[in-house]
Amino acid sequence: MVGGIADLVRHGLLLKYVVASLFRVTWGFVLAVIFAIPIGLTIGWYRRAQMAFNPIIQILRPISPLAWIPIAILWFGVGDLAAIFLIFMGCFLPLLLTAINAVQSIPLVYINAGRNFGLRPAELVYRVLYPAVIPKLIVGLRITLGIAWLVVVAAEMIAVSSGLGFLIVDARNAGNRYDLVVAGMVLIGIIGLLLDVGIRSLERVKSFRWSYSED
Amino acid sequence: MPLMETLVKPVALKTKLCAERVDMVFHRDTKTTEVLNDINLEVSDGEFVCLLGPSGCGKSTLLSIMAGFLTPTSGHIRIDGEVVRGPDPRRIFVFQERGVFPWLTVEGNIGFGLFRLPRPEREQRIAYYVKMVGLQGFEKTYPPELSGGMKQRLEVARALAVNPDMLFLDEPFGALDSITRLIMRGELLRIWEAERKTIIFVTHDIDEAVQLADRVVVMSARPASVQQIVSIDIPHPRDISSPRYLELRDGIFKQIGLAHRV
Ligand SMILES: Nc1ncnc2c1ncn2[C@@H]1O[C@H](COP(=O)(O)OP(=O)(O)OP(=O)(O)O)[C@@H](O)[C@H]1O
Ligand SMILES: [Mg+2]
Repeated sequence: MVGGIADLVRHGLLLKYVVASLFRVTWGFVLAVIFAIPIGLTIGWYRRAQMAFNPIIQILRPISPLAWIPIAILWFGVGDLAAIFLIFMGCFLPLLLTAINAVQSIPLVYINAGRNFGLRPAELVYRVLYPAVIPKLIVGLRITLGIAWLVVVAAEMIAVSSGLGFLIVDARNAGNRYDLVVAGMVLIGIIGLLLDVGIRSLERVKSFRWSYSED
Repeated sequence: MPLMETLVKPVALKTKLCAERVDMVFHRDTKTTEVLNDINLEVSDGEFVCLLGPSGCGKSTLLSIMAGFLTPTSGHIRIDGEVVRGPDPRRIFVFQERGVFPWLTVEGNIGFGLFRLPRPEREQRIAYYVKMVGLQGFEKTYPPELSGGMKQRLEVARALAVNPDMLFLDEPFGALDSITRLIMRGELLRIWEAERKTIIFVTHDIDEAVQLADRVVVMSARPASVQQIVSIDIPHPRDISSPRYLELRDGIFKQIGLAHRV
């Protein structure tokens, strides 16, 4: 296994694959965050919107992101875009649900207190809504980043020809190099752990920490 | 002396808040709950009024309507002659200790409503109210690290910092232990005597009402209406073993129908 990794490093492939996987995860995840969180916060704020969207969400929710692979390839061909699309699909709904739930569980007293001090709607969003939902969002981001990392590996096995997922299938197809397969898996594990540690550092920001120290 | 009287009296009797035929009915699914029934009440400027009534009768609902968080089914509240249409920073609602923002420090909470002030003035006010409620040394502390009583004082300080002319307090000391509660009552009276805000204070504790209020508004069980208004004509600080205090307190006990059952 060590030999396998050394081989890959020598050819410069390892770094290339790691970068390729991280690149896709970053884009898929960031795009999902940009779309899902504002939409989710809005839906959660308006109860009617939530009732309107709930059936669609409930139908889409049990569909594995991997079930989108054929459609991803149909729309985007084999390549980065297909993988990014799959990661986006895997992250969007969990983030949307997190955001909806985060808004709905804001205690009414915080919103009333904010309004009582004469905040305009934009100020209310920025000074009450946003800090109140942050802890729940961070938990959701953390879980979702984990999902993104799971999805990228699977997506790369089918929809692209680079990245750590590709490394694993390719190592097996090209002569049963199981040392490389295991090396790939270990790397995936380590990088996944580092991503989790990275996003967990958000939880240590002082003004975010209130919900962890209380009940 | 007569001149003084004519000067003082009209000011003291100016009506601050006026509830006119306020009804409130909640509809939830198919169930309707009639909570308030024809509430009429006048509160003078600078007066300390306690709303007293059994649990679930609608005290919090009435207070939320007065503060503009809820719209009554019919009737209206007037403050300074204007019909209340929503919350307003000139009158602050204190939600027990639950309303302090856990993501802000003590300073951040007290300064929450002062965002339109220039920085030096804001900091000066924050420091003043930190001191007033005895939270010096905790300026940078977050609420989860404060005790219940400290959070309560923090919320009162946040309310006072914007210099409102009315305070709505909904069982503010209900969750505190009896010693802290006594101290907090003293503090509130001290603040009230110094700043002369109009205070409407909800409680279901008869002793608390008689110790604090100028007038006690006794409410009936749901749907609540004003059953009786008792003026507490004892100057502060009140001697809670004086015959007049006991007489007033027992009168209210009787009024609520608890006189011989306790
Ligand atoms: N939003 C609501 N929807 C439906 N019913 C409500 C609502 N808010 C309050 N009620 C009902 O109104 C009644 C009065 O509630 P309220 O909270 O005003 O009582 P309270 O006098 O403050 O009681 P407590 O002393 O226990 O705080 C209760 O029966 C409650 O179930
Ligand atoms: Mg109540």
